[in-house]
Amino acid sequence: MAELKYTEDHEWVAVDGDVVSIGITGYAQEALGDLVFVELPEVGKKVGKGDDFAVVESVKTAAEVYSPVAGEVVEVNVAMADDLELIKKPANENGWIARIKIEDPSELEGLMDESKYKEFTDGLD
Amino acid sequence: MSAEAKITGSLTVQIPEEANRGLQYEENLLWEKERCDHPGVDFPEPQNTALRTGTGARGPIGLPQVSEPQALRHFVKMSTWNYSIDHGLFPLGSCTMKHNPRLNEKLARLPGFAQIHPMQPESTVQGALKLMYELQDWLAELTGLPGVCLAPAAGAHGELAGVMTIKRAHEQLGNKGRTVMLIPDSAHGTNPATAAMCGYSVKTISTKDTGRLTVKAFMEALGDGKDIAGMMVTNPNTCGLFESEMQEIAYTLKKAGGYFYCDGANFNALVGKIRPGAFGVDVMHINLHKTFSTPHGGGGPGSGPICTTEELAPYVPVPTVVKDGETYGLEWEDTRPETLGRLKGFQGQFGMHVRALAYMMSHGADGLKQVAEDAVLSANYIMARLSDDFHVPFEGPCMHECLLSDKNQKDAGVTTLDFAKALCENGFHPMTVYFPLVVSGAMLIEPTETESKEAIDRFISVMKDFAADVRNGDTEKFHDFPESTPRRRLDEVKAARNPILRWGAFFDK
Repeated sequence: MAELKYTEDHEWVAVDGDVVSIGITGYAQEALGDLVFVELPEVGKKVGKGDDFAVVESVKTAAEVYSPVAGEVVEVNVAMADDLELIKKPANENGWIARIKIEDPSELEGLMDESKYKEFTDGLD
Repeated sequence: MSAEAKITGSLTVQIPEEANRGLQYEENLLWEKERCDHPGVDFPEPQNTALRTGTGARGPIGLPQVSEPQALRHFVKMSTWNYSIDHGLFPLGSCTMKHNPRLNEKLARLPGFAQIHPMQPESTVQGALKLMYELQDWLAELTGLPGVCLAPAAGAHGELAGVMTIKRAHEQLGNKGRTVMLIPDSAHGTNPATAAMCGYSVKTISTKDTGRLTVKAFMEALGDGKDIAGMMVTNPNTCGLFESEMQEIAYTLKKAGGYFYCDGANFNALVGKIRPGAFGVDVMHINLHKTFSTPHGGGGPGSGPICTTEELAPYVPVPTVVKDGETYGLEWEDTRPETLGRLKGFQGQFGMHVRALAYMMSHGADGLKQVAEDAVLSANYIMARLSDDFHVPFEGPCMHECLLSDKNQKDAGVTTLDFAKALCENGFHPMTVYFPLVVSGAMLIEPTETESKEAIDRFISVMKDFAADVRNGDTEKFHDFPESTPRRRLDEVKAARNPILRWGAFFDK
């Protein structure tokens, strides 16, 4: 099982060598409410650190999904476009939105682990 | 004939008896009504059905066939499903749903305004041009920004015109490499959309901590400023707060070579009190349909003039109205080649120009000032009276709208969406919900200056009752509201995930 890291924008990141899978956390799903649409990136898209690469839309709002690392989109979870419930699944069960090949593994260092992320979300409204 | 009979038979939809309640009637689409033998319109029998472009006449296409009283009742019944500012309080934040004085309507219907054509020679429409010129003058005076273009058709169009003006200025001045627009995270969604449409990438400035733009957060986003084309800010912002550090931010932005675009959606809070030019704005749009009471929200059309500094004035879209001696005329590219060009057919929504100028002149400078003061007073009254019941994310005083959230109630399972639906049940249009995005469960309430204290008190008392119900554990009912409206609680997720975009009853046959 790949190691999970978390961002302050409520993405989870599963690291597997130089490829990371990115999805959105339960906290984000709770805040967004029921999702109605996900806009997936195209394979080959270059993303910079902190750039948005996908959009999730709920009945309340639309929100960007950000990549905490620079790299290139190498795989997209196309099944998610038809089955939005997939986004609720964990990393190893198709809950990821896209996979990104990273350029600089040190960019992962600033991310939170599970207990830190829990502390972080407990401190939010 | 047989094809028509088939369509007729399959289209009629019976409305169940129980669907009609009291004076609330269900109503079919015209297509679904039983076809009448005596339609309100007589068409001549077609003489020659051969088409010039095809192989022959098509079969019947199943057009609705109703009598005149049926058609009339159809539209009147559906009009009773509507809710408008003429029904009651419409506290939709950032929308300024205020009363539209009927005097404006009367003046806009004067034949000399209503029955002229934009292609008439200028010499025959001097009065209309004079009116537009005077409206330009009023807007310049109220904003402190002398370059005015009345052409944009609505708010988002005005935004587009404003940012295109900035882009045009950079191009004409030979400024290269300015590709980034700074926008705070509390912005209206149209702001980043406009920037993107003009080819700019958006850099977000965080306002999460205080709800306001700070010099510190701005400086972080600005960096060395070399790639910054400009900044788009709404003031007062979408949290209903005045951006108090604006002057310093604007000064720094300008020193770095960027232009300051102000979203004028919330001008109702400032009109007659301060001129946005004074806090460093280079270009802003004005929603005549908000601040200056021309109809909107389905009753439009809107109108979104832009106002700019002297420096940016040459670049605004054409036409603008100019005065030469005692003669008024439209200025085009031939005398102002720096312009970004034309953005709209003719010269804008002239009917709205009449209404807006009527509003300005009937209020006068002192009256407009009172508009802003009363709008701010109304919002603060609501905030003060509801602050014990609902969470106030950013301490007041607020400007023309107040921001609450569902933080005190959501753990009991009642959320902002439930309050919006409960307001429908109680005969109010809901407030703006889940916006601005920087506040979880946001409820943005803008009462405007045209509501009486009685109307506002009734709204407050209904909201207080909701909060009391939640405190007392009476929460279940909130998930069923509204119950007495023509449509009950809708399954919004299903509607968004599986929308029926084509009317199958006809097309699938």
